[in-house]
Amino acid sequence: MYLSRIRITLRKSILDPQGKAVEHAVTSLGIGRVKDVRMGKYIELTLDGGSEVEARQVTEEVCKKLLANPVMEDYHYEIEKV
Amino acid sequence: MAASRVKFGVVVFPGSNCDHDAYYACKKILHQDAEFLWHKEADLKGADVIILPGGFSYGDYLRCGAIARFSPVMKEVVRFAERGGLVLGICNGFQILLEAGMLPGVLLRNSSLRFVCKYVHVRVEHASTRFTSVCAQGEVLAIPIAHGEGNYFTDHETLKRLEGNGQVVFRYCAADGEIVDAANPNGSLANIAGIINEAGNVLGLMPHPERASDPVLGHTDGQKIFHSIIESVLLGEHSLMTAESGRR
Repeated sequence: MYLSRIRITLRKSILDPQGKAVEHAVTSLGIGRVKDVRMGKYIELTLDGGSEVEARQVTEEVCKKLLANPVMEDYHYEIEKV
Repeated sequence: MAASRVKFGVVVFPGSNCDHDAYYACKKILHQDAEFLWHKEADLKGADVIILPGGFSYGDYLRCGAIARFSPVMKEVVRFAERGGLVLGICNGFQILLEAGMLPGVLLRNSSLRFVCKYVHVRVEHASTRFTSVCAQGEVLAIPIAHGEGNYFTDHETLKRLEGNGQVVFRYCAADGEIVDAANPNGSLANIAGIINEAGNVLGLMPHPERASDPVLGHTDGQKIFHSIIESVLLGEHSLMTAESGRR
């Protein structure tokens, strides 16, 4: 079995108001040095059998067709044998 | 033709909550036929117009509208639109149309991060569409919005194409019709409140015309969108019939 760990983030060009709100909260905590906050989603897929190449293909397809909207989001993933 | 009533099909997804308002506006206020279409059904029951209503289909999981587009009924809605059928997506329905690729762009979280529920003014940018034909060009309509993700965004090229083709049908404006930042409730690009596809038969908008239809509620500007649709369908049938009899 394989485990895909997927991270979905808003594209750089897109303003992330949620991240901005958290950034303001961090600042008001009195914690300095936090320059920017971006929020995203974390998704795990457990994949049955097959090879790592197949696991990669399936992950890619699921990301493209469902998990991420390419107009506003980027996705990254790592695959691990479990 | 004897039947001068238009049949509206209101799609019901799990989590739709403006389906009944749309049904009520079509049936009781505009005196047309209306029927609910459960999202698992692949039959549009002979509807002339499909409404994708507002709400929180599938709890807005993943992204607003992202899951609803995989419902069986949506395959039929896409087919219906490809054949030229009229499709109106209101609020969550607009989000679904975007996720389904039937309209370009996305709706991001409101720039204020707040759910905004209030009356807004929108300007009719194009009165020549099948959804706005009874409006005057540049007319200002008062229609309520109620959403957390209505911040329209698309890339520069797509925006240029939308503007060039006259696909931006509604823009948030001040009461006098001026397009100003202060009148933009959610941060939408170019104050966009509603867009239409290139073929002119699929419209998505964030404001709720069905909530501004019953005179009891104080505003009836939303009726104009429904009246335009009704006129378009009835005229379309009429011109089709004349074309057919002409051929004979």
